[in-house]
Amino acid sequence: MTVDEDLVPDVRPEAVPDDAFTVLGRAPGEAPRAQVVAHLTEAARLVRRRDIQMVRAAGLGHIGGEFSVIDILVTLYLAAMNVSPDQLGDPDRDRFILSKGHAAAALYTTLAMAGFLPPEQLGTFMQPMSQLNGHPARTKIAAVEASTGPLGHGLPIAVGTAFAGKLDGSARRTFVVVGDGELQEGSNWEALMTAGNHRLSHLCVIVDRNRLQQGARVADTNDLEPLADKLAAFGMDVVEVDGHDHGALLDAFADVPAASGRPTAVIAHTDKGHPISFMSDNVAWHHKVPSAEQVAQALAELENR
Amino acid sequence: MTATIDAGASERVLHDCRDAWVATLVELAEADDRVVAVVNDSVGSSKLGPFAERFPDRLVNVGIAEQDMVGVGAGLANGGKVPFVSAASCFLTARAMEQVKVDAAYSQHHMVLVGQSPGMAYGELGPTHHSIEDLAWLRTIPGLTVAAPCDPAETAQVLRWAAAHDGPVFVRVARMGVPDVVPEGYRFEPGKAVTLREGADVTLVATGIAVSRALDAADVLAAEGVDARVLSMPTVKPLDEAALVAAARETAGIVTVEEALTSGLGGAVAELLVTRQPAPMRFVGVPDTFAPTGSVQWLLEHFGITAAGIAAAARDLLGR
Ligand SMILES: Cc1ncc(C[n+]2csc(CCOP(=O)(O)OP(=O)(O)O)c2C)c(N)n1
Repeated sequence: MTVDEDLVPDVRPEAVPDDAFTVLGRAPGEAPRAQVVAHLTEAARLVRRRDIQMVRAAGLGHIGGEFSVIDILVTLYLAAMNVSPDQLGDPDRDRFILSKGHAAAALYTTLAMAGFLPPEQLGTFMQPMSQLNGHPARTKIAAVEASTGPLGHGLPIAVGTAFAGKLDGSARRTFVVVGDGELQEGSNWEALMTAGNHRLSHLCVIVDRNRLQQGARVADTNDLEPLADKLAAFGMDVVEVDGHDHGALLDAFADVPAASGRPTAVIAHTDKGHPISFMSDNVAWHHKVPSAEQVAQALAELENR
Repeated sequence: MTATIDAGASERVLHDCRDAWVATLVELAEADDRVVAVVNDSVGSSKLGPFAERFPDRLVNVGIAEQDMVGVGAGLANGGKVPFVSAASCFLTARAMEQVKVDAAYSQHHMVLVGQSPGMAYGELGPTHHSIEDLAWLRTIPGLTVAAPCDPAETAQVLRWAAAHDGPVFVRVARMGVPDVVPEGYRFEPGKAVTLREGADVTLVATGIAVSRALDAADVLAAEGVDARVLSMPTVKPLDEAALVAAARETAGIVTVEEALTSGLGGAVAELLVTRQPAPMRFVGVPDTFAPTGSVQWLLEHFGITAAGIAAAARDLLGR
């Protein structure tokens, strides 16, 4: 895939916050688990710091769903997945698709943390001609496997990716993150049926189970429960984890492909806006933009973690 | 919400047409208890708060499920309700297109499809969230009325007309600020253009939020001695054939203007005129491309959907 090189950002310098961003890169491969977890914890903290400032500078973004998914993204890109910036052309690389594409800023910051994007590029988020569009585009960023934004696309694409891997006898795994509200889209269930029936063992569907959607709680809109039973009925091996616990996420991802030969569904229990006191589990923060004071408070809370 | 911009010398009040949408819906629902709203987790973005408060039982929120939403709307119509199915235009049209085609249009259900924040209103959110295709796609569907009102008063009138019309109607409701455009006492009629400015040199035909921009372009052209006629076309389907044929005959040519792919209004007008009254044309809108990242204002500038861009197209047509 070649990216659209014509896109030269036309950046308003005043819109770019002066924020140092330390690229930690992958967790050391052979390190003891505690060290890996510490690496991921620090990376997630730095990613959240940068993310909130990007949203503030752009005046747009989906901070709630970004903060709920960051621990999952960081665990995948910095430890669990077999993919690196110099390996993007490798057909056997692990694949990742952010189906809830509105959390684009979380993906961009994580990609920068993992070395897939120059950190300076983060300053162009949503600026005219930027590659960092409000939703991730495969034609704009080499590491983005699928363009997403309209909910209900990523999982069917991931099923196709996993299907191709199975046809090729590849060991590669495909990870896809869907929102819980997103699971109201029927296309997901069509895809899950395909994945289950074809025993796509190398597919891992991660549900960012933060219990909120855009306007209300999922349970008050069109409830998903019993979610684990539904996923199991569609042929998944279902694991439930604390989606902010890097160690638990690592274990869940390490088990893919499952010995059963079935696809894995990880229900990652998260909080929208985690861990910021005034955002956490608060539906108002779906796409609210923080004030300068709120950014300062959030940064202070992140500092003290 | 209203905002003001400094348009040269005069201050202009700009309106979000969603305010007129929800006020009209509440008014219609008060008068007729068959009126219901169907949404896809879009209560906030459809500005349905006042409706939700007043008629909580008549708000059907199917969640993030647009195909379900349009199908449920058709079923509600079949069950004797008058559904207003409201979602971001990009998802309402693109995701649920077959439901729009079959459940709404082919089945001729009395239902109103309300495409919120269309065109490039979601600017930086990108082409997935732009609804520049809606006019081009929907005008190909038989039996569907496709309306793009240009200001709050016209938005309210189209919705009232659609509530009473026994058939499917798509209404584009603009979020981007627009000034008041239609004259006092104006009555919306589908397939009826509104001559907002008489002119003999060239005709600007616009729809939706582009109408006020065409009027501004006519001012620019007037200052250069070009007398532009401005036709507002509130329905892309049906078109006002008589007004277009007359304009093609009486002026040097037609410039179409839309915040959409030029295969929407532009394509429709061209198809009509090529058989009825061939005339030189220029198309202002989005060409055959996915928009780059940028705010809606920046994108409108980028694609020349501005007074200057429209005036330039008219000059080009006139060979000036
Ligand atoms: C097809 C489609 N319909 C509607 C939307 C608008 N939308 C964007 S985010 C969102 C809520 C998503 O909720 P969820 O999947 O739970 O994500 P999270 O709460 O984790 O942000 C909605 C309705 C969309 N992007 N795509």
